[in-house]
Amino acid sequence: MSSATPTLADYDHAIETFDPVLGLEVHVELGTATKMFCGCSTAFGAPPNTQVCPVCLALPGAMPVVNATAVEYAVRIGLALHCSIASWCRFARKNYFYPDMPKNFQTSQYDEPIAVNGYLDVQVDGETVRVEIERAHMEEDTGKSTHVGGLTGRIHGAEYSLLDYNRAGVPLVEIVTKPITGTKASAPAVARAYVAALRDLLLSLEVSDVRMDQGSLRCDANVSLTPAGNPVFGTRTETKNVNSLRSVERAVRHEICRQAAVLEAGGRIVQETRHFDESTGTTSPGRSKETAEDYRYFPEPDLVPLAPAPEWVEGIRASLPELPWLRRARLQQEWGLSDLEMRDLVAADAVGLVEATVDAGAPADQARSWWSAYLGQQANSRGVSLAELPITPQQVARVVALVAAGTLSAKLARQVVDGVLAGEGDPDEVVAARGLAVVSDDSALQQAVDQALAAAPDVADRIRSGRVQAVGAVVGAVMKATRGQADAARVRELVFSTLGVQA
Amino acid sequence: MTAAGATPDLPADLTRASAADLAAGIAGGTVSAVEVAQAHLDRIAAVDPGDRGVHAFLHVSGDLALEQAAAVDAARAAGRTAASPLAGVPLALKDIVVQQGAPATAGSRILEGWMPPYDATVTTRLLEAGVVILGKTNLDEFAMGSSTENSAYGPSRNPWDLDRIPGGSGGGSAAALAAFEAPLAIGTDTGGSIRQPAAVTGTVGAKPTYGGVSRYGVIALASSLDQVGPCARTVLDTALLHEVIAGHDPRDSTSIPEPVPSVVDAVHRGRADGVAGMRIGVVRELGGEGYQPGVLDSFRAAVAALEAAGAEIVEVSCPHFRYGLAAYYLILPSECSSNLARFDAMRYGLRVEPAAGQPVSAETVMSATRGAGFGAEVKRRIILGTYALSAGYYDAYYGSAQKVRTLIKGDFDQAFGAAGGGAGCDVLVSPASPVTAFRLGEKVDDPLAMYLNDLATIPGSLAGIPAMSVPSGLAADTGLPVGLQIMAPALGEAAMYRVASAFETLYVAEHGSTVPLSVPELVVNP
Repeated sequence: MSSATPTLADYDHAIETFDPVLGLEVHVELGTATKMFCGCSTAFGAPPNTQVCPVCLALPGAMPVVNATAVEYAVRIGLALHCSIASWCRFARKNYFYPDMPKNFQTSQYDEPIAVNGYLDVQVDGETVRVEIERAHMEEDTGKSTHVGGLTGRIHGAEYSLLDYNRAGVPLVEIVTKPITGTKASAPAVARAYVAALRDLLLSLEVSDVRMDQGSLRCDANVSLTPAGNPVFGTRTETKNVNSLRSVERAVRHEICRQAAVLEAGGRIVQETRHFDESTGTTSPGRSKETAEDYRYFPEPDLVPLAPAPEWVEGIRASLPELPWLRRARLQQEWGLSDLEMRDLVAADAVGLVEATVDAGAPADQARSWWSAYLGQQANSRGVSLAELPITPQQVARVVALVAAGTLSAKLARQVVDGVLAGEGDPDEVVAARGLAVVSDDSALQQAVDQALAAAPDVADRIRSGRVQAVGAVVGAVMKATRGQADAARVRELVFSTLGVQA
Repeated sequence: MTAAGATPDLPADLTRASAADLAAGIAGGTVSAVEVAQAHLDRIAAVDPGDRGVHAFLHVSGDLALEQAAAVDAARAAGRTAASPLAGVPLALKDIVVQQGAPATAGSRILEGWMPPYDATVTTRLLEAGVVILGKTNLDEFAMGSSTENSAYGPSRNPWDLDRIPGGSGGGSAAALAAFEAPLAIGTDTGGSIRQPAAVTGTVGAKPTYGGVSRYGVIALASSLDQVGPCARTVLDTALLHEVIAGHDPRDSTSIPEPVPSVVDAVHRGRADGVAGMRIGVVRELGGEGYQPGVLDSFRAAVAALEAAGAEIVEVSCPHFRYGLAAYYLILPSECSSNLARFDAMRYGLRVEPAAGQPVSAETVMSATRGAGFGAEVKRRIILGTYALSAGYYDAYYGSAQKVRTLIKGDFDQAFGAAGGGAGCDVLVSPASPVTAFRLGEKVDDPLAMYLNDLATIPGSLAGIPAMSVPSGLAADTGLPVGLQIMAPALGEAAMYRVASAFETLYVAEHGSTVPLSVPELVVNP
């Protein structure tokens, strides 16, 4: 057992001494309207125990019926992960007692999952790492326990617990990787990249809202260390409660350092479930699996086996959307972006927005520049995502078009965007209402230049005598007179030509 | 018996009438459904309670029953056609099927006082058919037993001899029929819980093909074996009830989507055409050692009567039946250990706090509740099943038992099939119970002796085929009823009911009445 404040090995040292082996189990709550085995709603956030029925409360006599949409979603996930889809599979009962599981068994899949043997390619520091998928299987979620009165919000030490069965029976797909080896120092980054890629994929498949913060995507990270070069895996720990991409990376890194310290001190790793603490970035021991829980799996006799028809599976395969990384590769090429530029867009969740802006007629470089620069700052300062900004790709494309037509200068364009963000309407409405069009009529400008020169004869003299930098003061005066709507470059040209000075 | 459509002459004591006659009388206006319900409620009040009462019922729903009966009468007064051929007929519901408005205990302390908030599909179908539910009948706890002695609420008594058991687990339903407390009853059969009680009380009970009747709302014992079925005093009444409750239910994905076999037609055919030309197999392994001589004599006489009526009798061998009991007592406990896990004090039913000084946690409350709420037989099977499913033993126990199940199905296929040297039988017959009703207390401390009561019924359960028990007469050695078991291939209920009906007709022709009508007058509280 580790002490309360475990010593940690230095990360670089740990990686030199040991090879980390990862295994990731990701639970995805499917976005079906109803639960896995009954007709109750799956909507998040309803008052406790309002989305329950005899089936998901496990009242005596109630029986499950499989949600066909959930099966379809599971097949979509399996196919997108390049898995084989079983031609025949079954549910099984995983038996254990826990108050948030009404039947005291979880209806899951055991040795006959719906999808097996796939892979997911993920990018880590420009390299492609192939993560092999062992299986994807269907199961139901448990209810939610809230432990009250304990220090840590965990059942031990709690005074009492509150049970909400709204989540009990929500469809889940669990995606299990094969052991991920050979990643060395990049193990934490690989873990994060895998979960990020999976999230991305699931989102594009429209099977889940994949909100890690709401628990609709949950990751358990298995980590073990083996002495460098040794092919025999060490004892693993399973870290739960890893609720963000950053936490995935931190949890894996922490476990590598912790386990290395234990092993180097001559200790042994206890096979156990560990709990990740977001605030400290550390893991602490939970249930010990030394006395391995025996789930007494057996085929679920209340459900008939599933036999997905090959034509049905092929129909789903044909309807799969373009996979997100293929789409990104295509767009990157179409837009002519570097890897780094593309990565920034992905990180900012801007790919779809840029694509829609381009579709609305904007050149790719302009579209990208707006979303990653000015709009990115606006989103940051408001603390929202780009997609949450109150401006549409069509509106951005219109602003780009106005600039291209010379109606707006770059500075005016930002003012127009500010107007749209402030709810003043479409770009054209903002231009009209604020009177923001560029003054490009030379006669109007010439008049303003003449007035400015007449008002400052000393400046005109300095320019004539060759101190061309003094032109700034005249340009400033003209801009002020035209309320910023003049094209500054043209003003400069007019000043020089009026004074007969070669710029 | 009366021809369809004609109004029958009902006996002065309405409780002695058949369900078919009562329905016809109600439809024809000779008697009201309320009168019929009241007569049965009066009969229950007279014979069910008391130290030596039949104790068929755990709960009598008098007000609900009279309301349902009044609704049937009102519908008739309004000129509407009867909801079903059983509209207005009273029924006893085994207390493992949930009905709103009546407590459901499954014979267990752990569910004492629980009021189900929903109706089983069977309950819904009964109510929609205008059947009047009198109350909930006694059973061995969670249907585990062959005598009702495992009921947490005390045993039921056999109306043929109040010192004897009425069979189990559905002894309450069978006793209610034999005591004329109800003309119809619902049973559930996992390894013989409809057929063995029918046999030892001289009544009729059928276990349909697995999946023939919805299990939704039926408290599960062993999901892969449980089947709901009809019970009555005549074959026709049983068939009428069968057609009311059977059929696909989208809430039970193991229920069969095929149409329900027309079993009422089959009963009429059995009466009209008998068994001439049918091929009936006698299973060699279901007889001999372990079977009471009086039972075997009655069985042989029944086979002889069928042969004399024109059936071709062949002997068939089902060599794997000998492993049936062992396989059954691995599969059933395994499934029940999981099905009964939900009784944990967290959401409904009994809740027992740990002993003073013990910490109070979810785990200790679950443990204390299950310790106090389950009886010895239930605990025995939960422990057996938990062991049989545990890692390292699964293949040897549960896995092997499932293989035996496949072999037993193969034996039946061979007996029913004509191809590949099969015997080509329309039905198979055997005694339904190896013995007639035994005395209360006689086997209660010997689980293995108790398990042997299901020797003849278990193979049909493991194979999921339809099987029923009809009275074949009284055993010469004990003077108590003997049941003839008729088994048919999956979805072959028509052949099964035809033979049952033909045999009942032969029996009445020879003895003047059906077996249940010869039950001695009950002297409950002398």
